[in-house]
Amino acid sequence: MDEKEILSAHRAEPWREELRKAKSAKERTQQPRVKMRELSPDYRVTCNEEVNQGLTVEMAVAEAGRCLDCPDPQCVTGCPVGIEIPTFIKNVERGNFREAALTIKRTSALPAVCGRVCPQEKQCESKCIHKKMKKEPVAIGYLERFVADYERENGEPGVPEVAAPNGIKVAVVGSGPAGLAFCGDMAKLGYDVTVFEALHEIGGVLKYGIPEFRLPNKIVDVEIDGLRRLGVKFETNCIVGKTLSYDDLHEMGFRGIFVASGAGLPRFMNIPGENLIGVMSSNEYLTRVNLMEAAKSESDTPVLHGKNVAVIGGGNTAMDSVRTARRNGADNVMLVYRRSEEEMPARLEEVKHAKEEGIHFMTLNNPVEYLGNEKGHVTAMRVQRMELGEPDASGRRSPVPIEGAIDEIPVDLVIVSVGVSPNPLIPNAIPELEVSRRGTIVVSEDTMRSSLDDIYAGGDIVRGGATVILAMGDGRRAAANMHEALSQA
Amino acid sequence: MNLIVSKRHFSEKVVELVVEAPLIAKSRRAGHFVIVRADEHGERIPLTIADSDVEKGTITLVVQAVGVSSTKICGKEPGEYLHDVVGPLGQATHIKNYGTVVCCGGGVGVAPLLPIIRAMKAAGNRVVSVLAGRTKDLIILEDEVRASSDEVVIMTDDGSYGTKGLVTAGVESVINREKVDLVVTIGPAIMMKFVALLTKKYEVPTMCSLNTIMVDGTGMCGACRVTVGGKTKFVCIDGPEFDAHQVDFEEMMMRLHSYDDEKK
Repeated sequence: MDEKEILSAHRAEPWREELRKAKSAKERTQQPRVKMRELSPDYRVTCNEEVNQGLTVEMAVAEAGRCLDCPDPQCVTGCPVGIEIPTFIKNVERGNFREAALTIKRTSALPAVCGRVCPQEKQCESKCIHKKMKKEPVAIGYLERFVADYERENGEPGVPEVAAPNGIKVAVVGSGPAGLAFCGDMAKLGYDVTVFEALHEIGGVLKYGIPEFRLPNKIVDVEIDGLRRLGVKFETNCIVGKTLSYDDLHEMGFRGIFVASGAGLPRFMNIPGENLIGVMSSNEYLTRVNLMEAAKSESDTPVLHGKNVAVIGGGNTAMDSVRTARRNGADNVMLVYRRSEEEMPARLEEVKHAKEEGIHFMTLNNPVEYLGNEKGHVTAMRVQRMELGEPDASGRRSPVPIEGAIDEIPVDLVIVSVGVSPNPLIPNAIPELEVSRRGTIVVSEDTMRSSLDDIYAGGDIVRGGATVILAMGDGRRAAANMHEALSQA
Repeated sequence: MNLIVSKRHFSEKVVELVVEAPLIAKSRRAGHFVIVRADEHGERIPLTIADSDVEKGTITLVVQAVGVSSTKICGKEPGEYLHDVVGPLGQATHIKNYGTVVCCGGGVGVAPLLPIIRAMKAAGNRVVSVLAGRTKDLIILEDEVRASSDEVVIMTDDGSYGTKGLVTAGVESVINREKVDLVVTIGPAIMMKFVALLTKKYEVPTMCSLNTIMVDGTGMCGACRVTVGGKTKFVCIDGPEFDAHQVDFEEMMMRLHSYDDEKK
């Protein structure tokens, strides 16, 4: 059966039909969308607690009742990993949360993570039938998170079906979302999976990048434990291309390698003063706070505490940085973005939360220079005011400088969050590997296979900079295709 | 977790640790460094590899106690563990037969210089090593350096050993007396800066190895950035070795103080 047939077969089960009849479509569409429970802005900026508090059982069951259980559900087409969305939602509606969790886990390795950080408004929820009726979509993301949290907090997590071990060793480079999704699928297929991680912690960007108040580390650890239970082995402090070579992996008996080494290099703008003390990349800032726990007294790692902090950029990482700076005691936190708010790539929820937390949005502004004192500390930034011109290659209206409109604004910490370049470690270590001009590994789009037969790649090392869920989708696709290739060999 | 096999004191604040790290011992080359974390609350700090033993599966680190993390690491005893050691990182030294190579090291900079001295000697170079320190006790690894050098010049600030004077005086005396094809300098930033100024005057190509602040050491954070030839470079992946005549040492020294006000 293909995915569509599975969806239809599940939809035709008697309990589903009965559930559909229990409420009229009109009733379902008229019910307002559930509101996420959140910590108040005043309180949450004083701590690192998770802002979103999740749905209660009653809220989740009621929200699931809004779903019309469409015959041709479009939400599924909006999900990069193809979660059987109506089936899990209807299981929530009938109160069978365990079955809902198993449904999600069949296709997603990290439900509690995706329920928190996916840009659902651009994916599944953007395709919801409610939107066509000018109503708010079903809160699929909130429900996914509810199901994963409920399972974690209530008894033994269900272990998905695992094939008998086939004795074939495969290696994964990097333990971020792409790598974890890949190893989940391969372990279920019976492979002997080892993940090599360069840092001292497993989780990649989920640990060093995304802050605790948006994705608590313990949530990530539970997902990783789930993978360990499936037999996946994790090796920290091991850099493929440095500690172990491509040849070493062959000697160790690995027959397939999935490279998910992520987006390594932070980009800077190459403007004067960018190397002053107090100007740093969002990667450095967030790694110090998240991975190294620099804000805690027991940690040896220091972090700069600014009073007037500017974060440059408009993506999710920029939002994470402004909100982290706020929690680290900054009085005035500015988000400096060269386009208008409409063009911001960040998730709507992050923008909303940042505004509630008192972040000053300086849109249509672009830094052109940083000024420092005699000790080399940044003291001010010069920003160029912009206006929107014609659409550029990305389809967004491009920002154009307004001549002479330059302001000088005092700052003592600047966090540059204007994107990242792919990590060059693997391409440098394996010269035979075909790499694009941007430094990304070239793969065939449908199989994720690189120019070398036994190397597959996915996530930011292929895309240059994307989302957790797209990386996971790559991991799953690579797993399916590597499995097929290894089964034929 | 990496076991500390043995420990040797070079001076009150400088120790040599031999640490179990079999994979790194096998793959490291001259010029490489590792990132070390002393314990579960430790910082990630870069340390250059001074030596390795592939058969025993160990690497040798020479550490000077200056801050919280290096003091913690220096306080570790044989039988104890370093929480994390990862590497080898950075680009290996470009080793070939240049002709005559002057290798000058100051303080603990002699430790990372040692594998380069050995490799340069093995590649057929005439190697003149200039070791410098404030005083006699701070001259380290002299015997090991001597074993792989054609000649060794010792310089101390106070004249307690070798010739009284700065490292630059030692290097200049060699340049004045014979043709030097390459100078390699590793030590405090201020020392490398003055060596670079001197060799620029004599137009002798010079390579330095930089030790900057780092977090991950794999190109991810950008804390280690330096200006080389007007362009921003990352010490962790583009270096740690650079053309000393192109490095902006003033900026580098300024950036070494980035966290002075925040240190714990």
